[in-house]
Amino acid sequence: MTRPLRLLADIATWLITVAITLVGLAALTFFIGRVVPIDPVLAIVGEKASQSVYDRVYLELGLDKPLIVQFWDYLAKLLSGDFGTSYSTSRPVLQDLLDYFPATLELSTLGLVIGVALGVPMGVISAYYHEKWPDHLVRIIGLIGYSVPIFWLALVGLFVFYRQLGWVSGPGQVDVFFTGIVTHVTGSILIDAAMQGQWEVFWNAISHMTLPAVLLGYYSLAYISRMTRSVMLDQLSREYVLTARLKGASEFTAVVRHALGNAAIPLVTVIALSYGGLLEGSVLVETIFSWPGIGNYIYSSLFAADMNAVLGGTLLVGIVFVLLNMLSDVLYAALDPRSRSLANK
Amino acid sequence: MTLLNTPTLDPKAAIRAARWKEFRSFSRRFLRNPLGVVGLVIVIVLIFVAAFAPWIATHDPYLPTLTARLAAPSAEWWFGADELGRDIFSRLVHGSRLTLLIVALVIVTSAPVGLIIGAVAGTRGGWIDAIFMRVTDVFLAIPKLLLALAFVAALGPGIVNAALAITLTAWPPYARLARAEALTVRNSDYVNAVRLAGASEFRIIFFHVIPMCLSSVIVRMTFDMAGIILTAAGLGFIGLGAQPPLPEWGAMISTGRKFIFDQWWVATVPGIAIFTVSLGFNLLGDALRDLLDPHLRQRN
Repeated sequence: MTRPLRLLADIATWLITVAITLVGLAALTFFIGRVVPIDPVLAIVGEKASQSVYDRVYLELGLDKPLIVQFWDYLAKLLSGDFGTSYSTSRPVLQDLLDYFPATLELSTLGLVIGVALGVPMGVISAYYHEKWPDHLVRIIGLIGYSVPIFWLALVGLFVFYRQLGWVSGPGQVDVFFTGIVTHVTGSILIDAAMQGQWEVFWNAISHMTLPAVLLGYYSLAYISRMTRSVMLDQLSREYVLTARLKGASEFTAVVRHALGNAAIPLVTVIALSYGGLLEGSVLVETIFSWPGIGNYIYSSLFAADMNAVLGGTLLVGIVFVLLNMLSDVLYAALDPRSRSLANK
Repeated sequence: MTLLNTPTLDPKAAIRAARWKEFRSFSRRFLRNPLGVVGLVIVIVLIFVAAFAPWIATHDPYLPTLTARLAAPSAEWWFGADELGRDIFSRLVHGSRLTLLIVALVIVTSAPVGLIIGAVAGTRGGWIDAIFMRVTDVFLAIPKLLLALAFVAALGPGIVNAALAITLTAWPPYARLARAEALTVRNSDYVNAVRLAGASEFRIIFFHVIPMCLSSVIVRMTFDMAGIILTAAGLGFIGLGAQPPLPEWGAMISTGRKFIFDQWWVATVPGIAIFTVSLGFNLLGDALRDLLDPHLRQRN
């Protein structure tokens, strides 16, 4: 096959893989929403509903049809952007999700920036001082991050830094005094406040955001520093690093430019994966900090027994998760000429 | 004649002696890793506390003492008392049983399921492999906590349902591991030999492929236990795990949340317990991986 054709075939395979994974994801949420509850109708109308209401909902859900037809209808609805209606807000779930998602993205992106800015250098230091005290220190910091329940750390953080020390603001996006000043445009409070010139609100939001963002940053740092360490250990033992040192390059050039430069490619995957992990970690953190994001939305929907909203939120985060995974594959291929050359054989 | 009676010629005794020697060298190498020993001690203490909970606890974990509501840590209430005046120390001690119960439930269901799926996929190959691994990938691609959360929300809260939901998210890594091992051994000489000897596929998978996967699965299991404890605590915290009045650690943090600013011990102490236990499993897992991982083992 010629090269462009081969490339097209690769892209087609990749797209099919993404599509199958997404259908699998939809099958899972369908299974959880329709098959797991003993009576999905009862879950919606409640026990006191009359028979006529029950029958109408039964037909509306399409429960009289075979399961495979139900799934097909479900997929078709999802594709047209219909995630169902939220029983608690009486709005389309997709619309709710799009309103809440930017706040989650904002928080987890900030967390990721902190995690990468600290985690990558820590991993490099750890690998460079292999089996010496800086290495042990970094590994212990990482190990603690792996072992600590993040919602508990959030509570302790609130107690220490908000209540005792007063360094940061408490739960919520901005102080009560500042709520409603900034109109909801992009959904990200920082961007909205900056665009509308409300700098007071901006700084207030920063002080509310610091603690949850740092927590999420620490959460991702544990993973990022560990992976950076193992990738760097591998790279530092390669001969090109020795060559660089022999030809008189400084330690900094040999380690950071040469070794880290090569480690950067696998790290892209690591970072993409930890971004997905952060979206998930933010569910628990958002509930504690009353952050108006998707995690808080799912949490409050749980208590309203609003399965459409819960499953819609799960589906959305799942889709972003899958896309991040796939994006990291593409980036890997785009950045690393070696993995591309496989396609030319 | 004397030669025949030497114990080395008895194959059973020889195997036993070899195993004992292997075990001794294993424990010697394990003891050289101080962090691993710390992890092992934490895990042993956890099992001990769970086994003897009624004798270790100083109070009844369910009995409210109204005069002691939210009491601070003292000689009478070692870690303080919660909002109903129940002793937090005793609740922690009894809660260790729930933690172990969930971990055990998840491990005994997810590891064998993943192991079998992976071993079958890797040994058989072809379309079975393709289908099994695609399904595994779908599960791996979904955020674990969210999937567990949605599943328990549909099933209804409770400790067994929480364990079921965590199982649903925990088996794919085992399948991946087992498949990778199975791929490397399926064409090895000894598997071909038993195949030629007429062994069935079932026999090959269960007696000759799966045992080869065990050491990496054990390492993975130890790490997983830390993750399971954290996920279970997260579900308990959200209110989907063990229901009141059960002294589940995550649920205890959730009730203490209301008092975090004034009676900090109610929420803080159970969190320290979760942290310690999951740290213990992580340390143990790290040490075991260094010893058991076949890829690392060759280097030593």
